[in-house]
Amino acid sequence: MNQPLPSACATTLSVTPSATIRQRGQHEVFCGLTSIIWLHRKVQDAFFLVVGSRTCAHLMQSAAGVMIFSEPRFATAIMEERDLAGMADMHDELDQVVARLLERRPDIRMLVLVGSCPSEVIKFDLTRAAGRLNAHYAPRRRVIAYSGSGIETTFTQGEDNFLAALVADQTTVPAARSAAKLVVAGCLADVVEDQFSRLFAALGLQDIVFLPGRKAIDGLTIGPDTRYVLAQPYLGATATALEARGAQRIDAISPLGGEGTTAWLGAIAHAFGVNPARLESVIAQPRKRAEQAMQHYRPWLDGKRIFLFPDSQLEPSLARYLHQELGAEIVEVGSPYLHREHIAGELALLPPGVAISEGQDVDVQIDRCRQAQPDLIVCGLGLANPFEAEGRITKWSIEFAFTPIQGFEQAGDLAELFARPLVRHRMLTGRSRHQEAAP
Amino acid sequence: MKLSMWTYEGPPHVGAMRIAASMTGVHYVLHAPQGDTYADLLFTMIERRPSRPPVTYTTFQARDLSGSTADVFKTACRDAVARFQPQALLVGASCTAELLQDDPGGLARTLDVSVPVVPLDLPSYQKKENWGAGETFYRMVRTFAGPTTRPTDIAANSCNILGPTSLGFRCRDDVTEIVRLLSEEGLDVRVVAPLGASPADLARLTEAAFNIVLYPEIADAAARWLKKTHGMPFVSTIPIGIGATEDFIAEVRALAGLAPSDDEATQRSGRDRLTWYARSVDSNYLTNKRVFIFGDATHAIAAARIASQELGLRVCGLGTYMREFARELREAAAGYGVDALVSDDHLEVEAAIIAARPELVLGTQMERHIAKRLRVPCAVISAPVHVQDFPARYSPQMGFEGANVIFDSWVHPLMMGLEEHLLQMFRDDFEFNDGAAASHLHPHTADAVEDAAAVVAAATEDDTAVWTFDAEKELKKVPFFVRGKARRNTELFAATKGIRPITVETLYDAKAHFAR
Ligand code: SF4
Ligand code: SF4
Repeated sequence: MNQPLPSACATTLSVTPSATIRQRGQHEVFCGLTSIIWLHRKVQDAFFLVVGSRTCAHLMQSAAGVMIFSEPRFATAIMEERDLAGMADMHDELDQVVARLLERRPDIRMLVLVGSCPSEVIKFDLTRAAGRLNAHYAPRRRVIAYSGSGIETTFTQGEDNFLAALVADQTTVPAARSAAKLVVAGCLADVVEDQFSRLFAALGLQDIVFLPGRKAIDGLTIGPDTRYVLAQPYLGATATALEARGAQRIDAISPLGGEGTTAWLGAIAHAFGVNPARLESVIAQPRKRAEQAMQHYRPWLDGKRIFLFPDSQLEPSLARYLHQELGAEIVEVGSPYLHREHIAGELALLPPGVAISEGQDVDVQIDRCRQAQPDLIVCGLGLANPFEAEGRITKWSIEFAFTPIQGFEQAGDLAELFARPLVRHRMLTGRSRHQEAAP
Repeated sequence: MKLSMWTYEGPPHVGAMRIAASMTGVHYVLHAPQGDTYADLLFTMIERRPSRPPVTYTTFQARDLSGSTADVFKTACRDAVARFQPQALLVGASCTAELLQDDPGGLARTLDVSVPVVPLDLPSYQKKENWGAGETFYRMVRTFAGPTTRPTDIAANSCNILGPTSLGFRCRDDVTEIVRLLSEEGLDVRVVAPLGASPADLARLTEAAFNIVLYPEIADAAARWLKKTHGMPFVSTIPIGIGATEDFIAEVRALAGLAPSDDEATQRSGRDRLTWYARSVDSNYLTNKRVFIFGDATHAIAAARIASQELGLRVCGLGTYMREFARELREAAAGYGVDALVSDDHLEVEAAIIAARPELVLGTQMERHIAKRLRVPCAVISAPVHVQDFPARYSPQMGFEGANVIFDSWVHPLMMGLEEHLLQMFRDDFEFNDGAAASHLHPHTADAVEDAAAVVAAATEDDTAVWTFDAEKELKKVPFFVRGKARRNTELFAATKGIRPITVETLYDAKAHFAR
C-alpha cells in the first residue's frame, strides 16, 4: 500500500526547455483521496472506504460538494480516540464497519480500502486488512487497498495508486479471456472512452481494455504481447505495475487537442503496424472537426501569457496543448511531480525558456506569478477567487479532472474551458485585459 | 471506528481556522499533511472570500517523516511571521500532526518570534469543528483580555457582541441587523468578535459593561470566562424570531439600565412583517402543518419556537448534532411534547424524519437531501450549508428583518394554499397533479414521481399491513404531503383494532378517529 513516490524512473531527457525550479514549501494541493470523487462514478461496482479521520471525511464531502447525496459509493471509517489509545483492536473495528457497510450495500462487488495520512502514520496495515477481508468475502466480493493519503499522494496520484492496486490484484483472478492487446490506462469520461473505442475499431484494433473499466471485477489479463498506453499523464505507479506483469508502454503524448490526439493515436497505430493511409483516412474527418472547433477560441488565447500552478500533473500536457494548438505563450508550468520519462514528449514541444517547476512553495510561487502578470492563471480553488479579487483572470484547474477533455471531439471544449474566463471578463467589463492594461 | 458517509461538523482545526479567518491581524500556522489545504476552499469558494485565509500549513509529506517534521514546523512559523507580520500567531496541529506529537505550542515558544503566540490543543479524535472554534476564541480572549484591568467608569449601555464567525450561518447579516437594532435601542456596541476583530480589539473587550452572546457554540466559553475574571455579565437569549427578539431587547435594556420599551403595540408596529403575514388569512393553511427541525442547537431551538408560536405549525421532531447542547435541546423538545434527537449520525436523522412524517423539514444541507429523497418540502436553517446559503442579498436570521426572511424562506417550499385545495379536489389533472406539485422543489417529470408514502412505507420495515386494492387507490387521493401520515395512522388504527385487510372503510374510520 505505502507505495513510494515514483521517483526512481529514468531521467534522461533529450530536450530540456529550461532548468526545473524545485520547490519545497507549502503545497496548496489536494490529497489523493479526492480522486475517489470521479473514480466512484466511473467504476460502478466498487465502494471506496477511506480509513481515516474526520478531516478525511470532511474533505470528501467538501470536495464532493452538492453531489454527495446521490447515493455515493464512498464513505469514511473515522478513527476515534479509543482506536488510537489501543482500547479497540483496529482490525476488529474495521471488520465491523465493513460488515455494516456491505449489509447496507449488497450490490457492491469490490470494496476498496483507501489509506489516509492518519492510518499511515500509525502504520495501520490496510493491505493486510484487505487480504483478510478478501478471504472472508470472496468470491462474491473482492477487497483491495491503496493509499490516497496527502503524505504519499497529490490529487490524481490517488487514481494512479488505485489503478496500480487493481493491476496488481488482477493476478489473483483466473484468466477469463485471452490477453489484452492494448490497455488504455487512465480514467476517461464514458463518452471519451466510447469515441476512442470507435476509432480503435475503425483502425482494426481488437482486444482493447480500458483501465479502469466501468466494472472493477472485469478481469484484466496481461500477456507478453500486451502493450499499454497512458491516456492520463499521472500514472507512474500504474505503468510500473503494468510493466511488472509484462506489458510494454507505447510512448505517446496525451490525447489533448487535435495534434495531441493525432499523435497519441498515431503512436498506437504505429505500434500495431496499422497502415498510415488507413490511420489518415480514419482520423481525417474528426481531426478537421477538432481544428474547426478550436478555431472559435483561438483568437482568445493566441499570444496570451499563461501561468499554470501545480495541481494534477496534467499541466505539462495542457501547456503543450495551449502553446502548440492555441498559440498561447507559457510563462510557467507547475506540476506537483514530474514523471520525466512520461512527459518528455510534451516538454519537447514547448519552446525553450519556459519555466518548469516541480513541487510548490505557494507563497513564493504567488510572488512569481504576480511579478509575471500573466493574462490567465490556471490554479486551484483556494487561489482562484483571491487572484480574481486582485484583478487577475483565472481558470480553476480541478475542472480538467471532471470534464471530458480528451480526444478530437472534446478539443474545442477544452479550448473553451481556457477561453471562458477571458470571454467572461470581456463581457463583464466590456474590455479585454490588454486594453485595460494599456495606459 | 465509526462509519460516516456525511459529517455535520469538520475537525476542530477547521473551527480554529474559522476564528483566524474571522479576525484581522491573526495568522494561524497549522501543522498538517499535504492535502489539508482543502479547507481553504471553504472560505474562498463557499463563503466567496476574496482573499486567502490567513493560514500557513506545513504540508509535510511522507519523506519528511523520516527527518524532522518539527523543523518543518518551525521554519513555517518563522516564514509566516516574516511574511505576514501578524499581531498574533495561532499555532496548532491537524489530526495527522497530532499523531506525530511535535507539540506545536512548545516549539513555537522556542522560536522567539516577536509576536504573541497562542498555542492550541485541539483533540481531533474527540472533538469537532464548533468546539474547536469555541476553544480557539476562548484562548484568544484569555490571552488578550486577560492582562487588562477594567476601567472604573464604564457606560452602562456599552456592550460587545460575541460569536459571529466566518463560515457561520448568515453571521454577516445577523451582525448588521443586531447592531442596528441595538443602536436603535440606545445601546453602544463596542467590539464585535471574532468577526472583524483584531487582537487589540479583544484587549478592549473589558471596556464594555456587558457581553451579548449571539452564537453560544462559539462564544459561550469566552463569555463565561469574561464573567468570572472580569465580572462582565452576558445576555444569551438568541434574537431569532419575533418573540425571541423582543425577549432579547427586554433583557439587554434591563442589563443596560434602560427603561423597558413602550407598550407592545408601538413596539410591534412596523418593525416586522412576519407577525402580520402569519396572521393574514392566506396563512391559515399553515395551521398545524407538521414540521421536523434539525440543526445546530441554537438555530434548531429558535426555529421550534418560531414554528409553533409564530407560524402556527406543529413541531413533530426536534434535534441537534451538537452533543454539547443536548440539555438545552431536550428541554425545548419536552416543551413541544416530542422526543429530542441528539445525534451526529445522519442515518439516524433520516430514520427519525421518516418516522415523524413531517410536511416540512427545517434542517441543514444534509436534511435538504434527505427531504429531497422523501419528496418533502424543506428549508435550510443551520450550518452545515453550501454555497447557495451564502447569498449576495441581505439575509439575516436574527432580529425583525431576520423574521421576515424566515417567513419567506420557510413558507416558500410549501405548496400554496389554492394549489393545495385544487389538487385535493381534482386529482386527475394531467398537468397539475402530485408530480407537478413536487416539481417546484426539484425538477423531474410526473412519471418519475414515486409515491412519497410508498417511499416512506418501504423504508420502515415493520410494514406488515395489508391493503385492499381499493383502499390503496383511495389512499392515493390523499394529497401526497400528508399521505404518509394517513397511511401510518390507518395502519396504526387497523393494528389496534385487529383489522385486516385495510379497506376504504378503515381508511375513513381512521381519519375520523385521529382527526387531522
Ligand atoms: S488523507 Fe491526509 S491530507 Fe487527505 S484529508 Fe486525510 S488527513 Fe488530510
Ligand atoms: S464547485 Fe463550488 S458550488 Fe460546486 S460543488 Fe464545489 S464548492 Fe459547491
